[in-house]
Amino acid sequence: MYETIGLWVAAFFTLAIYSFLYKENPIYRLAEHLVVGISAGYGIAITWEITLEPRLIQPLLAGDNWVLLIPALLGLLYITRFIPSIAWLSRYPIAFLMGTGMGIGFPLTMKASVLRQLEAAMAPVYASGMPWFEVLGNLVLIFGTLAALIYFFFSKPHKGLFFGTGSKIGIWVIMLGFGATFGFTVMGRISLLIGRVQFLLGDWLHLIE
Amino acid sequence: MKRTVPLMIVMVGGILMMIQYFIPHQYSQVVFDNYTEWAPIVGAFALLLGVGSLTRVHSHRIKRKAPNWPYSWAVLIPLFGMPFLALIWPESLWGGSDSPSVFHFLFMNIQVPIQSTMFSLLAFYIASAAFRAFRAKSALATVLLLSAVIVMLAQVPIGEIFGPWLQNTGLWILRYPNLAAKRAIMLGVGFGILATNLKIIFGVERNWLGGAGE
Repeated sequence: MYETIGLWVAAFFTLAIYSFLYKENPIYRLAEHLVVGISAGYGIAITWEITLEPRLIQPLLAGDNWVLLIPALLGLLYITRFIPSIAWLSRYPIAFLMGTGMGIGFPLTMKASVLRQLEAAMAPVYASGMPWFEVLGNLVLIFGTLAALIYFFFSKPHKGLFFGTGSKIGIWVIMLGFGATFGFTVMGRISLLIGRVQFLLGDWLHLIE
Repeated sequence: MKRTVPLMIVMVGGILMMIQYFIPHQYSQVVFDNYTEWAPIVGAFALLLGVGSLTRVHSHRIKRKAPNWPYSWAVLIPLFGMPFLALIWPESLWGGSDSPSVFHFLFMNIQVPIQSTMFSLLAFYIASAAFRAFRAKSALATVLLLSAVIVMLAQVPIGEIFGPWLQNTGLWILRYPNLAAKRAIMLGVGFGILATNLKIIFGVERNWLGGAGE
């Protein structure tokens, strides 16, 4: 019974969202508002369950970690945003998270987005027994990365042999990459659509296996 | 107090956390451990701000009988109903279909299907975007078109009728030129993030202070 009602409700809301393809309508709007309310409500429940209760309330009730009152009071300052005369106090928790987050993020970004990428770009172009298309691919990888970087370098005009030719090759590489990424994204979305159609025709209506 | 202290907190916090990464010492580890204990707590309270703001917007809409105001109940009822249900049935948060509950029902049969259908809806929009973008009007647009078509055909069963070369070419495009473009973009984004981090830490970028009074 529970599963059957759930199936019908899920099918109703699936169709409610697809009804937007025709035009915006009250059923779609209801589904849209419900998803906002449910996801925010779910977020509150999960935040309480996995963060506030075990990390703050329980240690405070146990009386062994009073220092946790500092982040709790700092967090409560967020609410001052609703009181215009003291709204500036909400900058304190934002500053704490912003500053520490930026500080922690700096070396990690340097490592993941810069050093690791440079390291991976310095792969050997040729090794014995390597097929020709891999050698060609490695050349495209190295010179393509450089050319695309030149294209994104706007401090110099894109003229001359290095910047002019480099940026022209760069835009070709970027277009190849964008095309591939677009194709990949289309495939991902289509497979999601197939999943929903399978739900409607299979799980709900039992028209397909 | 209103601007200087928050800017100081950002600078001291940022420099401290940046330095501690490079110091393999127990005190440095204590600083990091305390941060990982405190940050989620402070961050969790930000949810109060979001919930408060959402409640304020929708309760005003109901009070003023603004256009489409009845839909605001569809936001407010689950917004407070879901945490209430989780509070009275805490096990429903983690229980699967073995322990059915209203909380679980709402999440699995409304939230999950709506979200996945919304994402699948993008298939229609992306198809219409593709129709506009993939016109071989210039050499570069043709490269974009060919690259997308080869990558798409290489991943579907119908692509097999063209022979293995199509799948190999699709894979080659993904592994080499696509990676080269992505790597260049990632490097650019990485440098951008680093520059923004430094600008915020040293107070050059202050937009985050918002408009909460001088």
